[in-house]
Amino acid sequence: MSMREWITHLIKLLFPPQVLLPDIVGIDIGLTVGAIAIMVYLTVRHRWGWLWREWLTTVDHKKIGIMYLIAALVMLFRGGVDALMIRTQLIGPRAHFMGAQQYDEVFTTHGTVMIFFMAMPMVFALFNAAVPLMIGARDVAFPRLNAISFWIFAFGAILLNISFSIGGSPSAGWMSYPPYSELAYNPGVGENYFLLSLQVAGIGTIATGINFLVTVLRMRAPGMSLSKMPIFAWSALITSSLVLFAFPPLTVALGLTMLDRLFGASFFTVAHQGMPMMYVNLFWIFGHPEVYILIMPAFGIFSEVVPVFSRKALFGYEAMVGSLLAISFLSYGVWVHHFFEMGAGPGVNVFFGLSTMLIAIPTGVKMFNWLFTMWGGRIRLTVPMLWQLAFIPTFVVGGATGVMLAAVPADYQYHNSYFMIAHFHNVIVGGTVFGVLSGMYYWWPKMFGWKLNQRQATWAFAFFVAGFWVTFMPQYFLGLEGMTRRMATYPAGLGWTSLNWWSTMGSYLMAVGFLIMVYNIIWSRLHPDWDTTGDPWDGRTLEWSLPSPAPEYNFARIPHVRSRDEWWAMKREGRTDDVKISADSVQPIHVPRNSAMPIMLAAAFFVGSIGMVFSWFWMAILGGLGVVAALAYGSFADYSELTIDAAHVLKTEAAMGRVDS
Amino acid sequence: MSTTTADRPPEFQDMHESIRIMGFWIFLSTDVGLFSSLFAVYAVFRSRVALGPTPHQLFAMGPVLTETLILLTSSFTCSLSLYSARMNRLRGAVAWLIVTLLLGASFVTLEIREFVADVTAGHGWSHSAFLSGFFTLVGTHGSHVTIGIVWAVMLALQLAMKGLTVTNRRKLYTFALYWHFLDIVWIFLFSVVYLSGMA
Repeated sequence: MSMREWITHLIKLLFPPQVLLPDIVGIDIGLTVGAIAIMVYLTVRHRWGWLWREWLTTVDHKKIGIMYLIAALVMLFRGGVDALMIRTQLIGPRAHFMGAQQYDEVFTTHGTVMIFFMAMPMVFALFNAAVPLMIGARDVAFPRLNAISFWIFAFGAILLNISFSIGGSPSAGWMSYPPYSELAYNPGVGENYFLLSLQVAGIGTIATGINFLVTVLRMRAPGMSLSKMPIFAWSALITSSLVLFAFPPLTVALGLTMLDRLFGASFFTVAHQGMPMMYVNLFWIFGHPEVYILIMPAFGIFSEVVPVFSRKALFGYEAMVGSLLAISFLSYGVWVHHFFEMGAGPGVNVFFGLSTMLIAIPTGVKMFNWLFTMWGGRIRLTVPMLWQLAFIPTFVVGGATGVMLAAVPADYQYHNSYFMIAHFHNVIVGGTVFGVLSGMYYWWPKMFGWKLNQRQATWAFAFFVAGFWVTFMPQYFLGLEGMTRRMATYPAGLGWTSLNWWSTMGSYLMAVGFLIMVYNIIWSRLHPDWDTTGDPWDGRTLEWSLPSPAPEYNFARIPHVRSRDEWWAMKREGRTDDVKISADSVQPIHVPRNSAMPIMLAAAFFVGSIGMVFSWFWMAILGGLGVVAALAYGSFADYSELTIDAAHVLKTEAAMGRVDS
Repeated sequence: MSTTTADRPPEFQDMHESIRIMGFWIFLSTDVGLFSSLFAVYAVFRSRVALGPTPHQLFAMGPVLTETLILLTSSFTCSLSLYSARMNRLRGAVAWLIVTLLLGASFVTLEIREFVADVTAGHGWSHSAFLSGFFTLVGTHGSHVTIGIVWAVMLALQLAMKGLTVTNRRKLYTFALYWHFLDIVWIFLFSVVYLSGMA
């Protein structure tokens, strides 16, 4: 091939017609200008070194938590814009805001971004920000692995997000079922982007699962037995164990699709006796535990928020832990309810229908426990508590419609209709998103050292929750009226028009809520309300015994835990001086050293993935060698710790008034 | 876990290293999940041969038995390496580690030869779901062994450079866990794929 032909071929590959739509080109120009502006700013203000030392190479769980949070909010924006585009397309019959191909791409990236690149990192942000602090640890079990997890996730997210401007977006939906995801029906590189970005991000997720499982099991402060552990730490433990057994089947499902597409295997090719249903089974063996991976942390957050803002100990601690365990156990036995129509027969379907309904029991136990915790308590309507109160009715509706969907014969009617769409948005938005937003407002002062303005945050809450109900309640009725998911457009005269119009209006209200939230964050940063106490909510668990934000080493002195709500007990028993150090008791502290290896490793994964996406195997091999090189570099370099000497600890603590004289 | 008696190996007495060993065990459990999924795929696809060969036509006992014996022996030499380390014999540890990785390399070579012979005989994996499942399951194990070899090379280098430090002892121990794990997976492969396929 001549040079000229080769360049023409390359340009056609990188810029197929669908990435040259005017709106996409407009976004590309905006992003390029934005990136240049950031780089100019960093250069002019000499902040490159700061960025590298303080953030890109950090292994501090508190900073990694902040980076996860920022990434998750950016992804919430991206997935939210996708949602607004979908709703705008459906605002009335025969609307043509987008073509059908672009509509498919938009709902695919909406689902993928929201599940894998918004909800999961938001959960990991809060794990990182809160779990080590509440169990009295100086860091997670494997700090450098934690940074690797973050950067691998971040580059995976970038990989998916560049697809719409280079090469074309995936369009097979977030579940990406074959045969439509196969090369014969879905040519182009979009689907490859989907497979590679999830595969790469999945490695990071498994590493996070290992990390937090070991952290919670081995890094707790002395005296904190499992039965004295905060429920959020329990939820981190259980979520991590779910991750460990849910993600390998996903790896296999994505891997087999990739082998089919790139290397001509026949897993899902019916002509060679392949079986598309194999993918669907593997995907949902992952997929159902995945939704519990998303909801367990929300349950954990609410179990922290409710006692603090009711000034009462959590009602039924043991039942809370038991129900978390029961849900995690049951979650592995329900996956067939996503495809009762497969034809597995009544016996199989009834088993999976019943196991699905059983999950409502432990979930109901949790609902009552939160209500009984509030019962007779002195409730303060702070923003985290508002999200919790909004969650209860939403999740009850979402859970009840879930039980309706679990009834096998009825599911033949509901399946893949807007009824199902409304159900899972009801539990994922009304459960997970309300939960992580509650957690974000709750731990924000601990993460950043300043509080978010309450009044603005309440407005954001009001718009978001009102918009939520207006968006999703009509969709139940749309489903009952027969509207199926993924329709790019619909005719008039089916009774869908006004319900769709209301649903779209609701989504705009949610968008206003999100904008107020962003305004709230920026405004509160410019007019900071510093949290000087470290305990702005009159909290109960150990993270509130620390200053906000916590120093690099978290605890100058590791507390000895005696009771379940240790910080509350300390305050009640007048033992708050227990957290202070004195000049003669102070010890030097070892903290992990920064490392450039995680970001290098993730960059190598990124290069290799690009090679796979475009089938440039030389580049894939290059990326693979880069991965080996980064691992070898990390292994050969002595990963020694940094010692913070006692005098420095004493000075830092004294500056915060935490030294006993 | 709180007992740190002096007769425990150094890598278990050190808090950091023992946490890393626990993390590695948990990593191995995710690998169990990976292989379980692939075994499930293979179990469903083994009778779906389309126009391609059946397992009975494809498999021959000779090379597979040799591979099995080599891998089992390498597990033994791997343990000898660990044993030497526990006896504080650095040269023994490195030497047995090198024997282990050479045995691993000959295992992989034989497997590649088997695969190449299958493909040149016209049994490439695109011909049937069974062939796709077979090559993927056995190939995933083979690539795990290959990764193990790269790991062993680096580990031997680190042992030679830094000696039997606590960190290196932990690395050798986790490597041994990984290697034995691959051996166990191979036992399942040998029985589920090859023996039951040839029967």
